[in-house]
Amino acid sequence: MPAEKTILEVQHLSIAYPISIGVVRAVEDVSFTLADGEALGLVGESGCGKSTLGLSILNLLRPPGKVTEGKILYRGKDVLTLDSHSLLKLRGQNISMIFQNPLTSLNPLITVEGHFLETIHYHDPAMEKHAALAAVRKMLQTLGIEEKRLKEYPHQLSGGMRQRIMIGLALIMNPDILIADEPTTSLDVIVEAGFTELLAALRKLYKLSIILITHNLGLVAEIADRIAVMYAGRMMEVASSAEIFARPLHPYTQGLIDCVPNILLDQKELVTMQGSPPDLVDPPKGCRFAPRCPKVMPICREETPLLREHAPAHAAACWLYGAQDAVASQGDAAASPRKD
Amino acid sequence: MATLVRARDLVKEFPLRRSLFDFLSPKNSVHAVDKVSFAIEEGEVLGLAGESGSGKSTTGRLLLRLIEPTSGHVEYRGREITSYSRRELEQLRAKAQIVFQDPNSSLSPRMSVGQAITHPLQIHHLYTPSERKERVLDLMEKVGLSPADFLYRKYPHQLSGGQSQRVVLARALITRPDFLVADEPIAMADVSVRALILQLMRQLKRDMGLTYLFITHDLATAKYLCDRIAVMYLGRIVELASRDELFGSPHHPYTKALLAAVPVPDPAARRDKNLPKGEIPSAINPPAGCHFHPRCPYAMPKCSEARPPLREISAGHLSACILD
Repeated sequence: MPAEKTILEVQHLSIAYPISIGVVRAVEDVSFTLADGEALGLVGESGCGKSTLGLSILNLLRPPGKVTEGKILYRGKDVLTLDSHSLLKLRGQNISMIFQNPLTSLNPLITVEGHFLETIHYHDPAMEKHAALAAVRKMLQTLGIEEKRLKEYPHQLSGGMRQRIMIGLALIMNPDILIADEPTTSLDVIVEAGFTELLAALRKLYKLSIILITHNLGLVAEIADRIAVMYAGRMMEVASSAEIFARPLHPYTQGLIDCVPNILLDQKELVTMQGSPPDLVDPPKGCRFAPRCPKVMPICREETPLLREHAPAHAAACWLYGAQDAVASQGDAAASPRKD
Repeated sequence: MATLVRARDLVKEFPLRRSLFDFLSPKNSVHAVDKVSFAIEEGEVLGLAGESGSGKSTTGRLLLRLIEPTSGHVEYRGREITSYSRRELEQLRAKAQIVFQDPNSSLSPRMSVGQAITHPLQIHHLYTPSERKERVLDLMEKVGLSPADFLYRKYPHQLSGGQSQRVVLARALITRPDFLVADEPIAMADVSVRALILQLMRQLKRDMGLTYLFITHDLATAKYLCDRIAVMYLGRIVELASRDELFGSPHHPYTKALLAAVPVPDPAARRDKNLPKGEIPSAINPPAGCHFHPRCPYAMPKCSEARPPLREISAGHLSACILD
């Protein structure tokens, strides 16, 4: 067992979307853990299944999306088997989520205050209005938003402020886990940097565990303790942030890091990855990255490599690092947090 | 090097109409671009960087006269285009092109790839129909749309994001322009696609002798592609310098703030950011004097009095700050 307390554990999760031309295998056999207080970055390009995975943790998948296999354990309880009442309590009180575009998450007809009061009343109907308002005021102070904004409507707020309101709403019931799905994609650079700082402060204040879903490697490098890289529905690599950037094992991770312009470097050429992600209705046999992989071997096109630990607390799903049977027994520990 | 495009004191105000009775109240307008001047040399990539609302896209459109300036001048090869007739403007359109952020909204879903790329040639009556197809196929291979004769008949919904952006590029380049305004061409693309498009743009520039105005909010990308970079804030250029100068010794406090805010894909390089206070104010009633002074860590009383002029502080390095 990992030394740190595991708060969330995803085991062999597969998610499929049956559509007219077949079944989209959006997520396949994904396992990972989130330790108490940890920030995990879930990284990948569009269509890799990272948002689907995020939604499934709150059991928010919309039909036809369906978990076909696997478990999602929050403090040992399987989220997927909860009845609707417990599920409503779980969302907001235990696990909260914020999305990319705050304007589509906020109701244009309700004031900031209304949003907060509604949320509080929903989860705690017994709480009196003045007590609720006091909690809201305290939250606004934490978020660095003036109190007069309480009476304003979403359209009167700037993008950065809206996203701060969103995170405030997500945290007002004091959850343990915050899932942030591309929280800064619609924000400008300076506002994004401000949001990143706020997130770090809130993380300490609320002792949050965070799952940060993003395609932005810069952002995960700033926030995450550990990074999980997804490609075409599969987990490709999991390790600490420092490890991932210093010693990426999987060729996809290497490609991803090399193709991002870095403002601190003087890059003459960017290394590019040819091709595009596979069709998830009919994914390639073997490793899903094989058709684009610069280091592809015959076995990659035949058999799917499993996520295995190839260095201390550093797991990758790649045949480059040898046969997996030899290390298969340590496999499950590989996806767990570092134990130092 | 000859100057290809020059903007002089460009101003664009968008009037605000609030209600029917607006004529009773004082006129409000958004100062999208406020006396902007710069020159683009032939064969260079000038970056226009800034946050949303800084006026960078409006400036790009003004350069091509896609919108009319409120005042000011745009010269193309030394000739004033603000007074061009309709016919002259049409000729300019073949020589100065633009690509936008979202390839899917730039492409008609009812036009095949071949039709879309051929369209500009039909509009400008260039080449015979058989020559056209040959040229289109040839350019498609050049921008990496291969096999070209297979993709020629495809429709936008059958393409990947990267392919769509290549179609848009090919369509802009088919008339053999010498100037291309690229308005956030990679902002919507996936990480791996971004690198491919950037590299393609670089290669096309070399092969076709292109000059770019590259509009971006991402300074890391600008650093990779641009020769010189102009930083805009609330409709004004606050700093303009060569790539090495701008990243090596930035002068304007806003440029410094922008540079510090860029997330770096390397956890070993986490930095203290010292962010400016607040957010970019509205362009309807921008702050007096230097627009940046309410957020500037070095602001002095003088900063709110007059607009600091964009002055040359060292060879080719311009900054609009009274500290310089």
